[in-house]
Amino acid sequence: MITFDGVETPCRAGWTIGAALTAAGVRSWRTTRRAGRPRGLFCGIGVCFDCLVTVNGRPSMRACLTEARPGDVVSTQDGTGHGDRAC
Amino acid sequence: MNADVVVIGAGIVGAACAYHASQAGLSVCVVDRGPPAGGTTGAGEGNLLISDKLPGPELDLALLSYQLWRALAEVPFRDTTFGARTELEHKGGLVVAASADVLRGFGELAARQAAAGVEAVPVPPDGLREHEPNLAGDLAGGIRYPQDMQVQPMLATAVLLRLARDAGAVLLPGEAVTGFLRRGDRLVGVRTARRAVSASAVVNCAGTWAGEVAALAGVRIPVSPRRGFVLVTEPLPRVIRHKVYAADYVADVASDSSALQTSPVVEGTRSGTVLIGATRERVGFDRTWSPQAIRRLAAGAVRLFPFLAEVVALRAYRGFRPYCPDHLPIIGPDPRVPGLWHACGHEGAGIGLSAATGRLIAQSLRGEATDLPLHPFRPERFDEGAG
Repeated sequence: MITFDGVETPCRAGWTIGAALTAAGVRSWRTTRRAGRPRGLFCGIGVCFDCLVTVNGRPSMRACLTEARPGDVVSTQDGTGHGDRAC
Repeated sequence: MNADVVVIGAGIVGAACAYHASQAGLSVCVVDRGPPAGGTTGAGEGNLLISDKLPGPELDLALLSYQLWRALAEVPFRDTTFGARTELEHKGGLVVAASADVLRGFGELAARQAAAGVEAVPVPPDGLREHEPNLAGDLAGGIRYPQDMQVQPMLATAVLLRLARDAGAVLLPGEAVTGFLRRGDRLVGVRTARRAVSASAVVNCAGTWAGEVAALAGVRIPVSPRRGFVLVTEPLPRVIRHKVYAADYVADVASDSSALQTSPVVEGTRSGTVLIGATRERVGFDRTWSPQAIRRLAAGAVRLFPFLAEVVALRAYRGFRPYCPDHLPIIGPDPRVPGLWHACGHEGAGIGLSAATGRLIAQSLRGEATDLPLHPFRPERFDEGAG
């Protein structure tokens, strides 16, 4: 199991976070920086950087390439995910 | 084809020369073997720095450039201004020192700069984070340079060329100059694979490749490549306000060493990515990636901004600065070849210094008094004293 925004989400060995979220029916897990539009998997092969997500507090991980490990805490990413550093 | 002036090179310096010459009423033709900003300009960071210049001719050029960039920022362009369109930011620079010794040395330089008209404001260690909240907490202090600015160099080149074309200039990208038209000893134009362009003056703005253009005209100018890498982070909100760099950078710029030198220069951009420079090494036109250089860049940036350790670096790029042995650009008419002017050899300062360079070249082309003496920048200086 991993959690996504606090909700227990099943995953199997070898699945990526993108696979686990898709299997659970989740389609988007990030908002764009300027317009706040929803984003999820697009290319699915690590090229487009559309599926960025925050994993265990680390922003901008590619969901399609990041392997899900039991206990991972995945959360929706707002913009760059680094808003706490803005100055 | 005919023009008053042929400019060879569509980088920032060629674009600035074309802009100033066309504003001064000259008809201009810009020729480049590649696209605009396709060489060093497109591999830069967009530094418009006063802070890293030692008192002397280069600082004079930087201060004149500062005035010209300020004025250029307000020039109307389409439905906005030059400054807004080119991401020109009057953000100021912050030079920081890790140790009291380095700070003392740099403070002496800053005092000399201040005497030469530079705004340089000492910042005590406990005041650094007021200006730059994400800086490391253990730095010895710094100097703030409110006159330092930043621009997106490719946009600046494109807009300068567009303004020149609005004033009648012609741009010929993708045409290498293969030879010169001559009348006696005098250059009276250029030849490309597609055409001849006659002109009463030719300006060599070929940057790091300017030595090849000069050789084609039969003269030597010692411009050679000084390689630099830049590391690019993922997009971030505004996390870094100034151009922030370590005091060692100025010594690296002034050095004659060909070995790898790294001193961190860190700045945010409008698009959100943070740019991390700067390495310097003289290894010819070797385009090979250097993991060592990139590793040192990352470490230097994290030393100044520890939070960057948690930020993803997306990519790196590299380019070749036009290095001159005496660290001064070459600007002005070449007495060895009547009809030939040079505007090249600005090393890592070409984006900033392009403004004054373009203005001085335009004045020189028209036979007017120049805002600054061209003597320190004369092309033939490298032949003098050689016996």
